[in-house]
This record gives sequence, structure tokens and C-alpha cells, in this order.
Amino acid sequence: MGWSPERDAPAAAVPPLSVERVTLRYHTDAGVVTAVEDVSFTIAAGERLALLGPSGCGKSTLLRAVGGFLKPSSGEIRLRGVPVRTPGPDRMVVFQEFDQLLPWRTVAGNIAFALRRARRLGRAEADARAREWAGRVGLGAFADAYPHTLSGGMKQRAAIARAFAVQPDILLMDEPFAALDALSRRRMQDELLNLCEETGATCLFVTHAIDEAIHVGTRILVLTPHPGRVGAEYRVSDDARERGSAAFGALETEIQQRIFGTLASRPASGREGRAAHAPDAQVIAHVG
Amino acid sequence: MSDSALAPTARHVLPTLGPGARRLVLLVALALGWELYARWLGNSLLLPTFLETLAALWENLRNGELPERVRASLAILLSGYAIGIVLAALLTALAVLNRWGESLLGLLTAMFNPLPAIALLPVALLWFGIGGSSLIFVTVHSVLWPLALACHAGFRAVPATLRMAGRNIGLTGPAYIVHLLIPAALPSILSGLRLGWAFAWRTLIAAEMVFGASASEGGLGWFIFTNRSQLETANVFAGLLTVILIGLAVETFVFATLNRFTVQRWGQEA
Repeated sequence: MGWSPERDAPAAAVPPLSVERVTLRYHTDAGVVTAVEDVSFTIAAGERLALLGPSGCGKSTLLRAVGGFLKPSSGEIRLRGVPVRTPGPDRMVVFQEFDQLLPWRTVAGNIAFALRRARRLGRAEADARAREWAGRVGLGAFADAYPHTLSGGMKQRAAIARAFAVQPDILLMDEPFAALDALSRRRMQDELLNLCEETGATCLFVTHAIDEAIHVGTRILVLTPHPGRVGAEYRVSDDARERGSAAFGALETEIQQRIFGTLASRPASGREGRAAHAPDAQVIAHVG
Repeated sequence: MSDSALAPTARHVLPTLGPGARRLVLLVALALGWELYARWLGNSLLLPTFLETLAALWENLRNGELPERVRASLAILLSGYAIGIVLAALLTALAVLNRWGESLLGLLTAMFNPLPAIALLPVALLWFGIGGSSLIFVTVHSVLWPLALACHAGFRAVPATLRMAGRNIGLTGPAYIVHLLIPAALPSILSGLRLGWAFAWRTLIAAEMVFGASASEGGLGWFIFTNRSQLETANVFAGLLTVILIGLAVETFVFATLNRFTVQRWGQEA
């Protein structure tokens, strides 16, 4: 495993991540809740899959299962063909919450510590890498700052830098910008997109914002709620990624209709309905 | 950080001083109050003046009596404190690692935390006889339960996101405890250590008074007790003052420093 941004090519056709007929249930005082039912998808190398859905569709739960924090009741999650059992740095997670950084380590310290634990780097090399990554997310001047002195956006940048620095097989992002103000969110989306394109990182990105899914994802998986199932899948063309473009607007409208349509007619046809093709959006699958 | 933002109007009434200077001013005022009241009372058998107490303190420091007593007390205190910390760490580790351990810790602290250490002294005497071991036993008892309780509460309060972030970068088992749980719970652990120290000090002085009577080498409690029976009230107060000064010194130099370099710097303090 070298340090080149492009990781060694995976063994032929094994996708970085495959989720096969996964059902997730958890126990509450009120009984067993099915968060996600029979969801399947794969993510190819370099792809950015946006899991899009309203709250309660189990998208975060699904991401946590991929992260290894909870076990599927049935089905299997495979990372490069190997079943996921426990959390690990081959799937770095960026959480929504701001308290994911270790408060007793500086920005560089947080990144360096992850590199030392996850990649077994020596102190000096980890520190050099950490500072480089802090600089790449615009925190060069704050490399020695403790997290409590940073704004929410800066904390998320540090967490993103930590995740990228470790160079995992796949990056898992659990609504990392949901708690930011609108302006910061847009800027962070752009920056994340740049980082992804520079490094060719493979991503699973959970969001409830349609525009964010279109802007950041190369592919969008729409989940319908209660329990979460795959409602539709879209591939985002390059011109649709441009905010404000006609293609962007068309895809946004299309997905919006899809989600609200699905909500309205759910019990009978939640997994059947066909969405109309938007002119510039290519609907590649309706999972039925 | 917190008080500078508070009540800007109050600053105009009282002079602006650092926390250390403020403390010093208050100490001088308290000493002055003591001196004046004692002089007005005019009964040094009941209440010696502040200056008389200082003189007695100086005298006992000079003739070597007080340093020897302090040494005896601190030796016991430190061993009891250290043993208490180790036991609390073991109990809490057990509680973090499994449910039975957690129930055990909950049950033991519920049973023994309210039990005054002094009440265990007769048992200690039966088991360990008269001497340092019995004193250490009751000191351990006074440290162990509040400390274990504070540590456990601290571990439980570590945010779920931080836990997941730790496991995400590959921390498991002992590394997870050392690199994640302990630093994350440090504010609670430190306040537990502080509390444990105060409890240990109190218990020890009280225990020394109860049975120092037959100990060949008594500590500070014994010094206070014997001087009372000899009606050397100034010496009694000198002993009490020593207890207070040691407590104050440990608080300012040890715990406050520890706090400043850890939880305050990391913004973990509430």
C-alpha cells in the first residue's frame, strides 16, 4: 500500500463496497423496529453514492451498518469482497456531530493519531502528513489549535481531513454538513467535491438534501421510509452537477416528485412506481 | 474565562484583581476577623488569637513535633489514596468491560458510599490491629467509592459519536480505554480524585483521633487530640491550621495545575 492518492487497483471486478439484501432491525422499548429492509447496491471504485431520503428512511442506520457499528439482521455487507464485521479504518466515517474529534488533541494531532493507529505510521511521518492534510482543507493556520477553539465548519473540515488522510477503501459521510449554516454548507460541498475528484476517493454520502445529493454524488439512491427501501436510482451527469444548470434543476424536480409521489402512494406502490424521465436526467434503474 | 464575562457592573464596586490576589485578600480578611474576635473574647483556652496560633505553629514546626506528625499522616494518606485509586480503577475497568461488573460497581457503591469510614474503624481494629494498616484501610474506604462512582459516571458520559470515532480509527480493548475513554472522561476522573483526596484527609484525621491514643507514632489527628486533653488550645488550632494549609496547598498546586494543563486547555470543562 503506497501513499499515492490512487490506491492500487482492486482485484478485477470486486467492487469496493457491496450491500446485499440487507435488513436492519433494532430493539426499542416499543418493540422491534425495522429501519432498513432488503436493500442492495454496490459502489464501484471512484464512485460517490448519495443515499438520499427523508428522515426515518434508515439511511444513517445503513451507513452505520456499513461502518461496522451494527450488524444486519439479514443480508451481507462486503468491503472488497470481505464481509464487514467490526468498525475499522478501511471505512473512515465523517459524522454529522461536531464532537467526533478528540478534544485533547489538536487538529494536526487528531489527524496524526488516526494515521498512527490506522496506518501504523511513525510519529514524524504521521505529523507531516497531518499538517499537509490540515493545509489541504484550509486549516493550515489552525493545525495546532484544539477543537474547542474551532467553529463547527472547521471541526467538520478537520474530521474530513482525518478521514481522507487515512486513505480508506471507502469514505462514509453521515450528513456531515447538516448542522452547518447554509453558506458554509455550500462551500464545504464544493471543497469536498474537489477533494474527492483530486483523490479519486470512493464515497458513500448520506443526506436528506436533494441539491446536496446531486452536487456531491455521482449516483443517487433514493430511499423510501418506514422501513427504508430503495425507491429509485439516478446517475448524475457531469452537467447536472453544476448548481443552477438546467440539468441540475430538472433532476432536482424529478427526485422531488419521486420522493413526494412515493410518500403519497406508498403502501400500495412504494416499490413499483415508475418515475417520469426528466429530460436531462438519466434514470438508470427503478428497483422493484 | 467564565467570570470575566459576568456582571460587568460588579467590577466597579470591588477592585479588579486576579483570582489568586482575590483569594489572598479574603484570607487576610478572615484572619483579621479571627484575631479581632479572639481578642474581644479574651479567653485563649476557648479560642486563641490568630497570632497566638501562628506562634504555636512556629514553635511546633521548630521543635520538630509538627513536621514529624505531618510526615506520619501524609505517609498513611498517600498509601491509602494510592491503593484507593488502584482499586477504583480496577472496579471501573470491570464495570466498563461487562454488565456484571457494572452491576457490581453500582451495588457496592450504593452500599458502601454512604457508610462513614469511621464506622468501619472497629472492624479495622479487629482485622488489622492497632497501627497504620487500620488507618490505611479506612482511608481506602473513603477514597474508593466516590472515586469509582465519578470515574464510572465519566465513562458513561462519553458521547456516542466520540466512541464511534475511536473505534473507527481502530481503537479496541486496552487501547480504546487508554486513548479514548480515560482522556474523554478526564473531567469526571479529576473531580473524583479531588473529592477522594478531601474525603481521605478528613477520614484520616478523624481516625487518628479515635485510636491514635494507643499508637506509638501518631499523626496530625493525634497531635490535635493530645493537645486538647492537655488544654494546649493554641496547639490544637495550630494542628487544625496545618490540616487546612496542606489541603489548600494540594488543591492549588496539584489539582488546579492538573486541571489547567488538561481539561481547561482542551475545553472539556463545563
